[in-house]
Amino acid sequence: MPAPTGITRATLRKDLRLEWRSKDAINSMLFFSLLVVVVFSFSFDPSAEESRQIAGGLIWVAFLFAAVVALNQTWAREIRNQVLDAYRVSPAPANSLFLAKALGNFIFVSVLEALMTPLFIAFYRLRAIGPAWQLLIVAMLGTWALVVNGTFFAAMSLRTRSREIMLPLLLFPISIPAILGMVQATTAILTGEGARVWIALLLSYDLVFTTACLLLFERVLNAE
Amino acid sequence: MNRAFPVLGVLTAILLSYALYMALVVAPTEQTMGDVQRIFYYHVPSAWTAFILFTINLVASLVYLARRQPAADIVALVSAEVGVVFCTIVLVTGPIWARPVWGIWWTWDMRLTSTLVLWLIYVSYLVLRRFSASGETPVLAAALAIFGALCVPFVYFSIWFFRTQHPQPVMGGGGSIDPRMLHVLLINWLAFSCFAFLVCWSRYRLEKLQREVEQAQALASLAPRSPR
Repeated sequence: MPAPTGITRATLRKDLRLEWRSKDAINSMLFFSLLVVVVFSFSFDPSAEESRQIAGGLIWVAFLFAAVVALNQTWAREIRNQVLDAYRVSPAPANSLFLAKALGNFIFVSVLEALMTPLFIAFYRLRAIGPAWQLLIVAMLGTWALVVNGTFFAAMSLRTRSREIMLPLLLFPISIPAILGMVQATTAILTGEGARVWIALLLSYDLVFTTACLLLFERVLNAE
Repeated sequence: MNRAFPVLGVLTAILLSYALYMALVVAPTEQTMGDVQRIFYYHVPSAWTAFILFTINLVASLVYLARRQPAADIVALVSAEVGVVFCTIVLVTGPIWARPVWGIWWTWDMRLTSTLVLWLIYVSYLVLRRFSASGETPVLAAALAIFGALCVPFVYFSIWFFRTQHPQPVMGGGGSIDPRMLHVLLINWLAFSCFAFLVCWSRYRLEKLQREVEQAQALASLAPRSPR
């Protein structure tokens, strides 16, 4: 049997190749977040100075909604042709599969963020007063927080009725502290205040929930 | 056991009426707030009861994941259901008090927000239980309960950074309370806990019977039909 990291790598490579050829997730995420940006711009004046205060929240709400689109497709792909059942009977460790899926989603959402951020900056005329490199840390920690729990809950809602709506219902309440952390950190950096506390909060949130996901995923995958 | 249930029911009824009398008549009127303050005897005990039930939910979920006993799963379900009811009481009585005292129905303060988030988490737990297929529900629900409980300190600390407007906690928060008021509060808490326990118990029996019926029906549909 190949090493656990080998399984993770193989699964990740397969998912990336599938996405590269179909571009299902990234296209729907991009279009969706573009729609969110445009709809938000109608509800207030995007060029006003006060919009700097709410831009952090806006960006993350758009990314959160878009991420749900990708997360919903994570496992649905494996149900066709009973791939998931094959995985359950194989001796491969469940956590390798989980890590591959979580990393895959992390890459998809990061690509989305990289493509959408310039658009946000242009549309809302943003410019950071604080240290802008911290935004990168916030983005990585925040994205991982969303994606790790999202991958876990997507596996959970997989076999429930109306699973597409189930995922946000499970994910959003648990993600509230992370969302608060991302939004506050982003706003603090954009307005030039300190974001240390929020980054520490995000980091500990990531550590705790990644551990919890890895401890519980096998049981959830094999739940009968 | 079947005889203990009505006895406990009567005891709870007596205790609840006594607690109501204590709260509305015996307890001294608060100097600045007046009679509005008496809602405190329902608000605070409900909050404590809800937190205890959510703790029971976590413990039962952990026990279920470790031992896979169906009884632990039923306890987890029942405590979450009743806990959500008590949490709802907290969220409803709070604004009723806040409107005359603070002049606003709601504020995004630490304790209010974290209670609301807690309520959302456990409602999502109940939604999951409702929507998932019967066989795997217990494991998924237990996993979600653990996630919810892990989330609680994060909710609390993340909202910590906003300035708090809520009165200091009665126990261990440096707030002072008239000993007579504390006495009434504790009696109310006892009454509410008894009531919560009673409701949980009857809900437990109901859920257990329901599962037995479902099991019997499933077995009956599998059994070969006897020739007439």
